[in-house]
Amino acid sequence: MISERLRLSGISWLQLSPILLILGFFLVLPIVAIITVSFWSSTEYSYFPDFQFENYQYLFSSSVTRSVYLKTLMFTVITWASTLLIGFTVAYFLAFHVRSLYTQIGLFLLCTIPFWTSNIIRMISWIPFLGRNGIANSALIDMGVIDQPLEWLLFSDFAVILAFVHLFTLFMIVPIFNTMMRIDHSLVEAARDAGANGLQILTNIIIPLSKPGIMIGSIFVVTLVMGDFITVRFMSGGQSASVGRLISNEIGLLQYPAASASAVVLLATVLLMIAIMLRFVDIRKEL
Amino acid sequence: MGTSLNNTSLHGELELQEVTKRFGDAVAVNSFTQHFQAGQYICLLGPSGCGKSTTLRMIAGHESLSSGDIRLDGRSISQLRPAQRGTAMMFQSYALFPHLSVLDNVAFSLKMRGIDTATRERKAHDLLELVHMEDFVNRMPEQLSGGQQQRVALARALITEPSVLLLDEPLSALDPFLRIRMRAELSRLQRELGMTFIHVTHSQDEAMALSDRVVLMNNSVIEQAGTPEEIFNAPQTSFVAKFMGGHNIVEVDGRAYALRTDRTRLSTDSAGVSAQVANVEFLGRTVDVSLDCDGVELVASMNDSDFHRDRIRAGDSLCVHWKREDLYELSDA
Repeated sequence: MISERLRLSGISWLQLSPILLILGFFLVLPIVAIITVSFWSSTEYSYFPDFQFENYQYLFSSSVTRSVYLKTLMFTVITWASTLLIGFTVAYFLAFHVRSLYTQIGLFLLCTIPFWTSNIIRMISWIPFLGRNGIANSALIDMGVIDQPLEWLLFSDFAVILAFVHLFTLFMIVPIFNTMMRIDHSLVEAARDAGANGLQILTNIIIPLSKPGIMIGSIFVVTLVMGDFITVRFMSGGQSASVGRLISNEIGLLQYPAASASAVVLLATVLLMIAIMLRFVDIRKEL
Repeated sequence: MGTSLNNTSLHGELELQEVTKRFGDAVAVNSFTQHFQAGQYICLLGPSGCGKSTTLRMIAGHESLSSGDIRLDGRSISQLRPAQRGTAMMFQSYALFPHLSVLDNVAFSLKMRGIDTATRERKAHDLLELVHMEDFVNRMPEQLSGGQQQRVALARALITEPSVLLLDEPLSALDPFLRIRMRAELSRLQRELGMTFIHVTHSQDEAMALSDRVVLMNNSVIEQAGTPEEIFNAPQTSFVAKFMGGHNIVEVDGRAYALRTDRTRLSTDSAGVSAQVANVEFLGRTVDVSLDCDGVELVASMNDSDFHRDRIRAGDSLCVHWKREDLYELSDA
């Protein structure tokens, strides 16, 4: 009896082993390493094993940390709101206004085409468009809307957020579209039969039933923006900071213990944000 | 709107005039004309794709009319929005809102009209009592059985106090036992409320058991309309005879007639048409004897005591006969 049970549980563990190995090696181990290193000590030119809280003390006492986190949160909130608005609208159009399945699939693929090129190329392609003598400025001057080129179009917070929205809106569209496709159209008819107008159908039926998709998209966007450093660096022209850039700068200065501590705090912040978001919506049905 | 559930004055006199629906080149409903009295139970019957559901959806306002007019209690409703028509629809899959409780589902249309929470919840309670679901107010739809979901859907449709209730295949998702129970329930509700029910179904049993009036459709047109007795006893076309079942189509002097299988008699002497017994099916109260009559297939339904007295077996040679007055001439054969 007992040996039989042992044999069965052995088989279960064997079946689990591939995913355990992958997750253990590529997820748990690096995080454990980062957490370990975050307690190490460093000088200008070296770092060595230790167990002290100096890295964290410095991080939490520095005013730079606070302003950088605030800036990153601002990027996150504005990007999240913009991608949600655009993503929801596009998904709604695709799911409820496009009648034929083929058109739906075609338009959906059209949304994904920009993703066939790399993030960096898509980012850089904004530069000739938004630059001082770029297409946007010269077109606006030719139309007589402005006399002087707009300085804030490129290398500004505006440019950073624009690039974020451009890069990440699809991460909002896909999960919301996916949830919306599962909404039975007879629910919309039933609501209309009960006298709901278009806005009431949207707020009483479609938005509540799309919540899991909205939440999954939001998690994607929030984690991507919170952890980003390259977009902020390129699009702000080095003038804006973000938590990701802070970490990357510390790595550049070979301050691995400090970078690790920053990474641990960032990870904890993002996990906390996701935990709060998951309090509001149950996404298990979608998984 | 604003009509009250009132037994003394009947609402829901419905008139469809030349109602036609085209989808591109295809005609889904062709020139449907019927006048339904208020307070009747009406079944739209027919095989799938015959246009019965489209007709119902046009009455509900979920499908526009290509031509024709629909009048309810004397006023034309074909241009009105669904909620303005005085109709309410119960959907085939019930279409309960999965994120709302039973109470909120039922109170939904009152909420849309901006009626305060206390009033609409009281009203929803009343309707849930009417369908015997008052103990389930806080459940979510997914926690209910099919029959319970249907009762909730019924309460939700009735809360708008419609003069016509439209039911799209309401019993098709239930198991056979529950179907017969809900059938009786629908009939009771319709009598109590005194409103017009229009019930779409493909089951002739359901239509005969429930309706005051049956409209049998086929290929986008009305094949025959009348009381269940008229349709069953005197089918006008071979389609009606075949669809309603229980009929043989016999040819006499070059003309086709419908003949009920239980009026098709067998005898061992030589009076009538000779036939061979192809198969015997015991159905409980009756026995269906399939006959091969020179390549024409006939069925004779007999009660089991006659069947046992005559000791009929597959392969027997018998004679088929009937009375002249049991034949109904078919117009299309």
